[in-house]
Amino acid sequence: MYKILEKKDLVPTIHLFKIRAPSVAKKAQAGQFVVIRIDEKGERIPLTFADWNDEEGSVVLVVQEAGATTSRLAQLQAGDSIADFIGPLGVPTHIDNYGTVICIAGGVGAAPIAPIARSLKKAGNRIISILGARSKALLFWEDRLKNLSDRLIVTTDDGTYGRKGVVTEPLKELLASGEKIGRVIAIGPAIMMKYCALTTQPFGVKTIVSLNPIMVDGTGMCGCCRVSVGGVTKFACVDGPDFDGHQVDWDLLFARQRTYLDEEKTSLKQWQSACASHT
Amino acid sequence: MPKVNLNRVSMPRQEPSVRARNFDEVALGYSREQALEEASRCIQCPKRLCIQGCPVGVDIPDFIKALREGEIQEAVRLLKSKNALPGICGRVCPQESQCESTCTLGKKGAPVAIGRLERFVADWERTNKTSQAPKSKPAPTGKRVAVVGSGPAGLTAAADLAKAGHSVTMFEALHVAGGVLMYGIPEFRLPKEIVQGEVDYVASLGVDIKLNSVVGKIVTVDELLKDGYQAVFLGTGAGLPTFLGIAGENLNGIYSANEFLTRVNLMKAYRFPEYETPVKVGKRVAVIGGGNVAMDSARCALRLGADKVYIVYRRSEAEMPARHEEVENAKEEGIVFKLLTNPKRFIGDKQNWVTGMECYEMELGEPDESGRRRAIVKEGSEFIIDIDVAIVALGTTPNPLISSTTKGLESTKHGTLRMSDEAAGKTAKSLVWAGGDVVTGSATVISAMGAGKRAAADIDAYLKG
Repeated sequence: MYKILEKKDLVPTIHLFKIRAPSVAKKAQAGQFVVIRIDEKGERIPLTFADWNDEEGSVVLVVQEAGATTSRLAQLQAGDSIADFIGPLGVPTHIDNYGTVICIAGGVGAAPIAPIARSLKKAGNRIISILGARSKALLFWEDRLKNLSDRLIVTTDDGTYGRKGVVTEPLKELLASGEKIGRVIAIGPAIMMKYCALTTQPFGVKTIVSLNPIMVDGTGMCGCCRVSVGGVTKFACVDGPDFDGHQVDWDLLFARQRTYLDEEKTSLKQWQSACASHT
Repeated sequence: MPKVNLNRVSMPRQEPSVRARNFDEVALGYSREQALEEASRCIQCPKRLCIQGCPVGVDIPDFIKALREGEIQEAVRLLKSKNALPGICGRVCPQESQCESTCTLGKKGAPVAIGRLERFVADWERTNKTSQAPKSKPAPTGKRVAVVGSGPAGLTAAADLAKAGHSVTMFEALHVAGGVLMYGIPEFRLPKEIVQGEVDYVASLGVDIKLNSVVGKIVTVDELLKDGYQAVFLGTGAGLPTFLGIAGENLNGIYSANEFLTRVNLMKAYRFPEYETPVKVGKRVAVIGGGNVAMDSARCALRLGADKVYIVYRRSEAEMPARHEEVENAKEEGIVFKLLTNPKRFIGDKQNWVTGMECYEMELGEPDESGRRRAIVKEGSEFIIDIDVAIVALGTTPNPLISSTTKGLESTKHGTLRMSDEAAGKTAKSLVWAGGDVVTGSATVISAMGAGKRAAADIDAYLKG
């Protein structure tokens, strides 16, 4: 069992968990992920590292409520435990000195972007971060990203904070400004990553995205997480989760993510009824 | 000498139409009377060739004699002195090509049903709760061994090494131990309660089982050797799925058999939504392949409610590698065999769902390297099978994670580990042994156990030498 050492509600529907997992904390690298299972009947789901502490033996995950598993997880508190915690999985984000890197965080993507920005900064890069959320109420870790970046641009869809609009707008301006950009990293909802990649493509700047297909084992034994990159089938769990955003078959990713929509609705409804009958 | 019954005692089984809709065990097991009757068929011949047919050398005539005399506890002891997992082997071993194929009685009539007797003895021990860790704990040697993988090879190696007095830690990537025994073989062929019982037995010998531990990620083999393990045994299996590589293979509803079986067996998708992992079955399922995994996949799909399940195999029935018993079970349950058929491409709709599979008719030509007749496409024979789900069960190869993260460990072109002494289980890397599917490619539970046994003996000799 893996104990929850700390639980924080960051913003409505987005929660931070600090979980005791010393062996995983020892090996964690930015861009990698863990697979967790809350209990015997729960699904196995992947979650990217938001932070870790080797001395304390803890790992931080930031989770957005979406379906039954994440909704059930949201109910857990410090002192509770989860059944299974497997990691670190995936290939770590490739860190090098690219000069200037634009890190784009969409919604809950701010969590995995933070340790990547930290590693890139340590490697000598100039970091320009773009943090986007639907509205001010859903914005989190602005201070953390500000401290990790040389420049931070915040956008909200509804304009309740920072610049009104979506992340691709300041991205395009930065690329068009003539400033030499060595690399772009974009993490967030799949549709956001797609549009970031489309935006950078005409400028020829390599854009790394962290793909989020459905997964089961996370170690390469099932092929559930198959994505198509450059016309070649890859397993996101062992070949990724980072891939070249310009090579990804986004439509295939979106379609495969919809495979279990009906079952996901059923599970969520079941959970919600269980909650209702307990109140 | 009393006349020997040339027929074996039938195994009671669930009726096909009933069992095709539940996940309960198909073979119900002998009653005590049936077991004693079958045990009496063994003529206790002096040749004892059955023992040579067994990959772990079980003292077959001896355990059968004890059983025949009603000394079932003694039969348990004899059986378990060579085979740590008899409840599993009695169910899944292809005895017909092993111990039973060399049975003397087999020359005149049906060989003694050794597997069924083994199962009876193992089940008797489990239900009578007479399972004991050995009365005397072996003297600790002070040596530590890391066993990577808790499938049949790892469990067997770990058990033997623990019984020899070494301190054993077993690392398992999944959240339960057992490997293919848990995620691959379905509940109706091998109940998970039995697998867990065998795992618990190995743990009771003092083996420390670390679940959720992916060696190659959480720790490397070199780190294990540096961190105080004097030897490492790799039983990591062949868990990497093989796909067809044809157009449309990434459509929704196309599974590797590994994914399908993992969802159904390991994550218990057959109990959705009580268990939250879903699986898609639809109405018409095509399973591509002819081995035991293909049979398992097809029979699971049927039980999950598919109206029609096809086995699509490019050769004919004679070439199918699946156990004959499982092919018969599948046929009885109503699975349709489309033989001499090979997929050309998958067809899908605008939402990326598979709707059909275009196939070629095949014919058999000259034998290929495997010794089986080559399957040749009949040009212009294309036809379409309407399906909602396809399961690709073409076989598996070893996951490259271990060899790619361990200096000095090489893989062959098939992805299996290069060995310096295969009989002893020695890899090309010093202090690292291996056995089972990671060495041979996907094979059987019992051959993995045999390899685990031989490697454990070699490790023991090395640690004590």
